[in-house]
Amino acid sequence: MPEEAPGAADVEAVEVAPEPRSLPDHPVLARLIEPFEDAEWVLSTGQHVVLLPKEQLGEFAQAAKAAGFEMAADVTAVDYLGKRRVRFEVVANLLSVEHGLRIRVRCPVPADDPNVPSLVPTYPGANFFEREIYDMFGITFEGHPDMTRILMPDDWEGHPLRKDFGVGDVPVQFKEANKVT
Amino acid sequence: MTDTQDRKTKEIWVSGTEEPDWPGPDYVAHATDEGAQKMKLHETGDRLIEQLGIRIVDDVLYEEEEIDEDDRMIINMGPQHPSTHGVLRLQIELEGEIVRRIKPIIGYLHTGMEKTAETLTFMQGTTNVTRMDYLAPLHNELCFSLAVEQLLAIDIPPRAQAIRILMTEMNRIASHLVALATNGMDLGALSMMMYGFREREMILAFFEKTTGLRMNNNYIRVGGVAADLPDGWQGDIEEFLETMPPRLAQYDDLLMANPIWLRRTRDVGVITAEECLAYSITGPSLRATGLAHDLRKAAPYSGIEQYEFDIPVGQRGDSYDRYRVKVHEIEESLKIIKQVLETMPSGDYKTDDRKVTPPPRKRIDESMEALIHHFKIYTEGFKVPEGEAYVAIESPRGELGCYIVSDGGSKPLRMHTRAPSFANIQAIPIMLADSLIADTIAALASLDPVMGDVDR
Repeated sequence: MPEEAPGAADVEAVEVAPEPRSLPDHPVLARLIEPFEDAEWVLSTGQHVVLLPKEQLGEFAQAAKAAGFEMAADVTAVDYLGKRRVRFEVVANLLSVEHGLRIRVRCPVPADDPNVPSLVPTYPGANFFEREIYDMFGITFEGHPDMTRILMPDDWEGHPLRKDFGVGDVPVQFKEANKVT
Repeated sequence: MTDTQDRKTKEIWVSGTEEPDWPGPDYVAHATDEGAQKMKLHETGDRLIEQLGIRIVDDVLYEEEEIDEDDRMIINMGPQHPSTHGVLRLQIELEGEIVRRIKPIIGYLHTGMEKTAETLTFMQGTTNVTRMDYLAPLHNELCFSLAVEQLLAIDIPPRAQAIRILMTEMNRIASHLVALATNGMDLGALSMMMYGFREREMILAFFEKTTGLRMNNNYIRVGGVAADLPDGWQGDIEEFLETMPPRLAQYDDLLMANPIWLRRTRDVGVITAEECLAYSITGPSLRATGLAHDLRKAAPYSGIEQYEFDIPVGQRGDSYDRYRVKVHEIEESLKIIKQVLETMPSGDYKTDDRKVTPPPRKRIDESMEALIHHFKIYTEGFKVPEGEAYVAIESPRGELGCYIVSDGGSKPLRMHTRAPSFANIQAIPIMLADSLIADTIAALASLDPVMGDVDR
């Protein structure tokens, strides 16, 4: 569930800081994000989101696990074909039971290099989620122990959740259709 | 697109029409081949350590003996097997009667609901998601609705929230009853099956009275619920609340005093809290290990924080504890339902935000604008502001999450469901490595996966 938006006091703290970069008011999150200079923290409908270059995902996951985020609750991807310059985005939801915190890491993934460092070495529970992303979007994860399709048949062509993959329709044929012509 | 077109001509052939030109005799055989969905070749080094270095459950009963690699046998359990709770296929590497490796293979029930969701409006979305976890349809609807409401930033009236809690907690009981019933049946306690379904019938009858349907209710919708509770609902709930406690005592008499049941569940399918967290396993399976993590307490939704209840936990994380946790969760849900019954607020059952809720029937007769408004909402759907939100609730099987990305239109750009069963399936290889094959069924039944939720 959403965390509370930062109060007025925290906004002031951000304003007096010399650097323009904003950091969350939660100490655990701030400490986690600070070393990653390319990471950008935003609040999306009251939820903590970190925008991160995809190369740093594996590194960030290790730091997150050390900071108390025990679980990769969910990993998924979005296809922004025609909406954004960078086509895909891998979204990982990390959960900290200890701190009662949730953080969403979003990594843009270009269509010509759909390859992301795997979370499995840090969070083995990401295994099925990453296989699902590979199956549905064709994004591969480097360092994944078993990068195979999970839901679709192995000989399936294409990746169904891509926006340029049709929804699929079965042509209706009638027995008499051929005889009439 | 060309791929799709190509497939159409190659693979879809309606019987009764002229047979198309197949690419060759091998093609058809290849289409049903399972291909790479096979267990990987055996590698030296331990599977778990290889993946993470997590402490392995010490199953002291079965010491590894020097057995030749060739003496191992790979068998398939499922996808057509009565104890796999649907179309789950387990590929098991056996050494005599001992399971050495196990790989769950899923996807047999995949229907592409996340793709379908992109073609449906936000208003139609609940019809789709309710079919995912078919034993807990109301939880799916609630999760989807909360995610959309998060983006819309609308307030839900207190009565609608209370109705949502009442219905989802009833649904939790119904789902746990099925889990207990099938768990009993898988281990030979067939009467448990009948008792579980007998009590579930009361809940489904109430659902039918309230929502019009026994399953796939499409009752909880964006903005509130579809209809108010029926007249005399208090009587039904009171009757249910009176019936359940003695019935739960009956289950205890039936199973807790049963030496066969105890032997088959105690210390079977053990999993630790650290393993659960690492492998994203949530719900009763996580709580059975002793970790009191429940999203109803950790991240309350829909006003559940105003009701008093406890989180039951187990100690050992075995099949027995998972069973006990479910029984106690039914008791806690009964407590919540009782409080909802006593404190049900009056008022609207859906939001009066005109952006989401169509004008009432009476206004349509009087006002042209109301008619147009009504027509627009039902044909075009309401628009949801651009953005993304992830909302998680506690479903009977664990963390049920819904991630919605909206581009400002009336249909989601992406709707992803974090299905608890899908993640929980990952527990099977950990729970069952180096255990007896008969324990596979006991452990799987206590994990309670729903294949509709796994494959979506």
